[in-house]
Amino acid sequence: MSPLEPLLSSPYVQMMRVRFDGHGDELTAILPYADTLVGNPLIPALHGGAIGAFMEITASAALLAGTRLAALPKPIDVSVDYLRPARPQDVYARGIITRQGARVANVRVEAWQDRRAAPVAALHGHFLIKPEGEG
Amino acid sequence: MADDLQTLLDTLAPLLVDGSPHAVALGFKLERIEPDVAEMRAPYRDDLIGDPDTRVLHGGVVTALLDHVCGLAAISGLGGKHATATLDLRLDYMRPAEPGRDVVAIARCVRASGLFAFVSAIAHDGDETDPVATAAAAFMVTRVSQEAAEKARRAFGQISKVEEE
Repeated sequence: MSPLEPLLSSPYVQMMRVRFDGHGDELTAILPYADTLVGNPLIPALHGGAIGAFMEITASAALLAGTRLAALPKPIDVSVDYLRPARPQDVYARGIITRQGARVANVRVEAWQDRRAAPVAALHGHFLIKPEGEG
Repeated sequence: MADDLQTLLDTLAPLLVDGSPHAVALGFKLERIEPDVAEMRAPYRDDLIGDPDTRVLHGGVVTALLDHVCGLAAISGLGGKHATATLDLRLDYMRPAEPGRDVVAIARCVRASGLFAFVSAIAHDGDETDPVATAAAAFMVTRVSQEAAEKARRAFGQISKVEEE
């Protein structure tokens, strides 16, 4: 079973149609463009909340892929910087686990569209984790 | 003055949530928009559940709700005439929302001056004094956001023209 299975079976993750593309130990999350992701049709730009949520999902995926967890990670706090408007097209993201303790992990995520070097948003946050085999 | 702003906000209200496809897709409803304050509701819906085992709404829904409602409070705080871009959004998830309950978010513009607005918000599932999450966000009037506001005004102008005819 894929370690990402608990995330892929989440109704909200399915509704957002988030996919994952793994190569070795590198995991890229993909948010495929849909009209329902648009926040402001006049710019037009994707909804900041959709980008934030996508990055939270990416952080959970990075944690699930990194260690065997008994449950989905739960966000404790997240801080999102919006760097440029996200255009109506696919978004990609990758998460890096900055620190992982027995209960709490600190994760950083960057999301981009055309150029990885020009991210549309960045997130860092703390997540509550429950490693497998622990009470 | 405040009455004028309330009139302007009442005119904008139908656009502020229903004009945003993502807010519509998540079923968000505007509860009120007043000078410096906005309130919006996210419905409890099966397709917004994060973890099928606990049936708790996904944190991302609360993120989108707080992002949107903070933006509305910023627009109100800046006098209703400017469109804004989010600079940053900080969220603290105090506890999981109760399965089956809607989540309501209330945002207050703490300070707005010139190009910037600072907003704080809470999200709760029935009791304002027992929040599910809190947020702090900063907004800026940008060239891109102003161009969008100008387009909205033109579209609005066309709508009122049509109504007159």
